Amino acid sequence: MKSLNIVVLAKQVPDTRQVGKDAMTAEGTVNRAALPAIFNPEDLHALELALRLKDRIEGTSVKVLTMGPQRAAEVIREAMYRGADGGYLLSGREFAGSDTLATSYALSCALKKINPDLIVAGRQAIDGDTAQVGPQVAEKLAWPQVTYAEEVTAIGEETLTIRRRIEAGVEVVECPLPALITVSGSAPAPRPRHAKRLMHFKSARTASELATESQAYVAERVAVKSDLQIAEWSATDIDPDPTQLGLQGSPTKVKRIENVVFQAKEAKRLSGSDEELEALIQELIAAHTIG
Amino acid sequence: MNNLFVYIEREEGKIADVSLELMTKGRELAARLGIKTEAIVIGHHTEGVEEELARYGADTVWVADDAVFAPFRTLPHTAVLTHLIRREQPEIVLFGATSIGRDFAPRVSSALHSGLTADCTQLEIGDHTDPKTGKVYHDLLYQIRPAFGGNIIATIINPDHRPQMATVREGVMRKEEATQRGKAELKTIPWREALQDSDLAVQILHREIAERKIDIKSSPIIVAGGYGMGSKENFRLVHELAEVLGGEVGASRAAVDAGFTEHERQIGQTGVTVRPKLYIACGISGQIQHTAGMDQSAMVISINTDPDAPITRLADYAITGDVGEVIPKLIKYYKQNSK
Repeated sequence: MKSLNIVVLAKQVPDTRQVGKDAMTAEGTVNRAALPAIFNPEDLHALELALRLKDRIEGTSVKVLTMGPQRAAEVIREAMYRGADGGYLLSGREFAGSDTLATSYALSCALKKINPDLIVAGRQAIDGDTAQVGPQVAEKLAWPQVTYAEEVTAIGEETLTIRRRIEAGVEVVECPLPALITVSGSAPAPRPRHAKRLMHFKSARTASELATESQAYVAERVAVKSDLQIAEWSATDIDPDPTQLGLQGSPTKVKRIENVVFQAKEAKRLSGSDEELEALIQELIAAHTIG
Repeated sequence: MNNLFVYIEREEGKIADVSLELMTKGRELAARLGIKTEAIVIGHHTEGVEEELARYGADTVWVADDAVFAPFRTLPHTAVLTHLIRREQPEIVLFGATSIGRDFAPRVSSALHSGLTADCTQLEIGDHTDPKTGKVYHDLLYQIRPAFGGNIIATIINPDHRPQMATVREGVMRKEEATQRGKAELKTIPWREALQDSDLAVQILHREIAERKIDIKSSPIIVAGGYGMGSKENFRLVHELAEVLGGEVGASRAAVDAGFTEHERQIGQTGVTVRPKLYIACGISGQIQHTAGMDQSAMVISINTDPDAPITRLADYAITGDVGEVIPKLIKYYKQNSK
């Protein structure tokens, strides 16, 4: 196979897995500020799958496309530390309030401009858990898709053979390119950051970040090294139909949000003593709950 | 008003439970709206499928039957269903939130430019007044789902686009045959006009279908282990307790991610939803994404070293102690007292 231009779709998400005691307010609701912003976990698996293709197919490039606020440039840097060649940040208030469909429309406009051979995305993001954006992008591009992918098992002249894990078991499919693949968490773990790459790419910046950069040497380095310049696109750069962006382009509306409040039951407290545990077992047997 | 569609999934010729659960919910919503319930079957060797679907309240069964439709592939199913929706203009379309529904329902929504809500835990009918324009919408589908890792519950609506589409996980809705039964009208989907050669581009080379051996959903007793079990070796204790009690083993996402046990055992927002008679949570802290899948258990016993772990708030009995000591004692006293 000839060299590929691969784009990885990645999202910066609040780490909803860290919602423990500390991240709850006294009222039992989420304290969002307490949640760190992270690289969506399954998108890291997607990056790894893309980097493995780069390792195997000479001349292949891997770039990251993300949509989000300025600080989302961090996921592009993170991907560069692990082996990505660069990235694109799609940012602007036109995109605010996008549901999955408006998000996939914006991404598909950017992707038409980038024109890759292969798109790899995480199966789903941990803040929404919808798994919709990947397939919705593929439909907008009229490309085939392979979801729940774990590994590319063979590379043909113009096709990839992909193993996917589905509820019923395992399926191996052959898919022509261009195509979109979504990768689940059962795929190989992401490679760690590479120390030398980290040293080099930590000063990679978008134009907006550069404008507020306080360290002069960073600005000087970015000016002379094009691989440290992260592409930053606003809505006008991707030539969209503005009615399909953001809130206006989102068919779904949020009618109501309720914070989940733990309904405290009065638990009967037991120590782990032999007497109390035996009494509990006897009680459960007497009530026919067990036995 | 037009009708309600349920996309029917079949595994090895048998209708998936989730599809029958959706038929049960679908006919309830359809009755509320005064519309008909229509089941959509895209597959192969579908003979007789309308009889079973009629028992679950299907007024109409639409069938596209051909070898190209089985096993499931994204593009042919997307093309045929999108075509039928454009033709019939249903009000609502429901899918199972399975590796099939979650694969192609987003494509259908993208093709039709209509909203889709993933993994709904409740579906209701209600009105809506747009807060900006004051426009009143009657009888919308309220698509209710947890979001933000299960920490909030959102009600989603599609006011201006049709159809209103949602996916629902297996086990979330109840499955019940209809009390009033008629015959379902069998109709053929004109699928040949919907398919293009490019829809057959992806080839399935090989399939290994594992028997579904783990079925924690229907077990009346579940012993679940969390990250607090400490290691895969210690997780054996969870299996031992489940075995002596005649129950099934469940797990939190953290325990599955740590490799303590199989993914099929994961309980919670991104796993299975269970409603057992007894739920024993061992070393589970009780993050909402876990409790969302077990908070309807009739009785909950928690074992945790932390007396203030969130799981305690759901527990009927909260045992403060180390799982490595408490579980063997429970096993011992059960064996002594059950004879």
